Amino acid sequence: MTKPIISVENLGKRYRVKRPGMRGGGGLRHAIEAGAASLWNGLSRIVQGRAPYDRIAPEDEFWALKDINFEVQAGECVGIIGRNGAGKSTLLKILSRITEPSTGRAVLRGRVGSLLEVGTGFHSELTGRENIFLNGAILGMRRHEINKRMEEIVAFAEVDDFLDTPVKHYSSGMYMRLAFAVAAHLDPEILIVDEVLAVGDVQFQKKCLGKMSEVAQDGRTVLFVSHNMAAVQSLCKIGVLLEQGRVVQVGLACEAVTAYLANGSICGEGFNTSGRQRKPTNCEIIDAWIERDGVPTQALLFGERSDIIIVIQVVKRIKFAVEIILRQQDGLAVKFAPSGLAFDWEIDQVPGSVKIRCQLPPMRFASGGYSIDLITACSGKEFYDYIESGLRFTVDSSAVGERNWMFNQSRNQGYSLWEVNYQVDQNEITQGL
Amino acid sequence: MKPLHEEPHVLVLAPGEADQRFWCDLWHYRDLLVFLAWRDIAVRYRQTIAGVAWALLQPAMTMILFTIIFGRLAHMDGGGMPYPLLVLAGLIPWQLFSAALTGSGDSLVANAGLISKVYFPRIIIPMAAVSVAIVNALVSLALLAVLMPVYGVWPTWRLVTLPLLLVLTALIALGAGLVVAAMGVRYRDIRFVLPFVVQCGFFAAPVGYSTVVVPEHWRMVFALNPMVGVMEGFRWSILGHAVQELPQMLAMSVATMVVLLLVGRWAFRAVERDAADWL
Repeated sequence: MTKPIISVENLGKRYRVKRPGMRGGGGLRHAIEAGAASLWNGLSRIVQGRAPYDRIAPEDEFWALKDINFEVQAGECVGIIGRNGAGKSTLLKILSRITEPSTGRAVLRGRVGSLLEVGTGFHSELTGRENIFLNGAILGMRRHEINKRMEEIVAFAEVDDFLDTPVKHYSSGMYMRLAFAVAAHLDPEILIVDEVLAVGDVQFQKKCLGKMSEVAQDGRTVLFVSHNMAAVQSLCKIGVLLEQGRVVQVGLACEAVTAYLANGSICGEGFNTSGRQRKPTNCEIIDAWIERDGVPTQALLFGERSDIIIVIQVVKRIKFAVEIILRQQDGLAVKFAPSGLAFDWEIDQVPGSVKIRCQLPPMRFASGGYSIDLITACSGKEFYDYIESGLRFTVDSSAVGERNWMFNQSRNQGYSLWEVNYQVDQNEITQGL
Repeated sequence: MKPLHEEPHVLVLAPGEADQRFWCDLWHYRDLLVFLAWRDIAVRYRQTIAGVAWALLQPAMTMILFTIIFGRLAHMDGGGMPYPLLVLAGLIPWQLFSAALTGSGDSLVANAGLISKVYFPRIIIPMAAVSVAIVNALVSLALLAVLMPVYGVWPTWRLVTLPLLLVLTALIALGAGLVVAAMGVRYRDIRFVLPFVVQCGFFAAPVGYSTVVVPEHWRMVFALNPMVGVMEGFRWSILGHAVQELPQMLAMSVATMVVLLLVGRWAFRAVERDAADWL
């Protein structure tokens, strides 16, 4: 058994949380005041042979990563998944040496190439050729290595005719292709890739994924961070699931993806009453969650079916309706479902609690965050309980259609797929000019 | 079973570990230093009409301005040296110093995008900024080559010390630049303070006058500014005129350089380890 190509032991990264009034929080003046006080501390630490400023008070600490342990064997392709803020980027930054860990260690047995951003160091005034050299050097390639791979890079990027044109005149597609091409030909033993596929068109994404699986099949090790679960599943064998700075699961990629999609509730973002608009006297909503196949979740895939479960406490016999409002990431209300007003469905309930299941249509929404307002009301007259954004959920990797087009929530495309049936009306076509 | 082939390139990432690889890393990334310096030079003169000639025009214009204002109007004494050459011999090292210090002092913040996205020895960035200033200084030496015969000054063996003095200037600027760059990462105030400090330094350095005009008992205090020794050295190297205390002044410059480089390296290293988190 050979040694693992990457072994990570008790790795941790601590940040200082800035709080108002805290020392070191403001500009130079604060620093001078605080510095005068701690200068003596620092000096005495140096005398004792310790680092001069390891003085973060425990209450000001924030551990972006803590006790991370995992091993990767040579030739494995590993997908690192987790919600935003789970520590994925911090982990990649440590492994690609951009920042030092605070505790623990990582051993990498091979040349590391990392690609946290496409086109780092590109200068718009320089030509394509000049940028290839510059970018290659930034990524750690020697000049002769770049010369050797020049042809391949140019061929991959498809920019032969524009090689001596400043990249500011390039189309964004050409720019992306050129930037990825340099990184893709880095030829490292360990390739670390962050969400680079989130940019660019379908063609580009396919090309990148293709190149990455080629690299992986070549016996190299790939560490890949993505929110695109489909890509992780197709590309990676191993999955590492991070949650709040800790490793929750290491195993087969498909299992990690399943765990990621299922464990919505463990991140503590389930039912949230902070948006309650009034103190309810009756018909109080006491719990709510989203279920897929009977399992609570907060993350859905495009087109999946799911239910919203609402538990309501009734203190006095009453007839009431349930209303839910879907809000886009920016808070804009986009769908409204009043059970009484629109669907003539109301419930006549005796005191006690009642569990209501709201079956949602398939989730044909763009990937992104959504929230749901939960309301109990006497139809058209008054609200009994109103919790704004009482539930939150995300739609992940909305890869639509055969081409795996990524549908992301945006101002230009909105949030919802409009299912139009397109067909050619034969009678109206005129042949020829 | 152990693999038969030798252990591949092993990299250990742990707190403080990077210190041990410093020189090795720097050597591996030597091409990057060249490319970064080349990028800054190439980009600087793109879309300009005069191009690299600006590296000549800037000191030429300053020199003419000084000659008119201080030489002609204020009748400043050249101490036996042709006044324009006296100015130029002070101006070239001073401009090298101020360009290198300003460039390297601001370099980390200016290249934040690179630092937060990819690893390379961070010290390459200020070093590249200093290299750019050196190239500019070399170009402006051409001005000197043209003006020396005009004033009937011919090169002597002393001219061979000129490269050494240029290196000394660059290293002083690098040392100071490292300190400034390290502070600038956390305190952006530096961006506002630095131009002012450089401006003060300009008047505290003997650009438009010879150190001979400084009273003798104040000269060594004056020479606490490490650029004084370098600039007087330049004048000696080019024009043959030396102040009496030149050896002491140069020793002071060298000592300051060593101290600045040591402090700069230490301060820079302290910030470098988590610079990406501050930028």
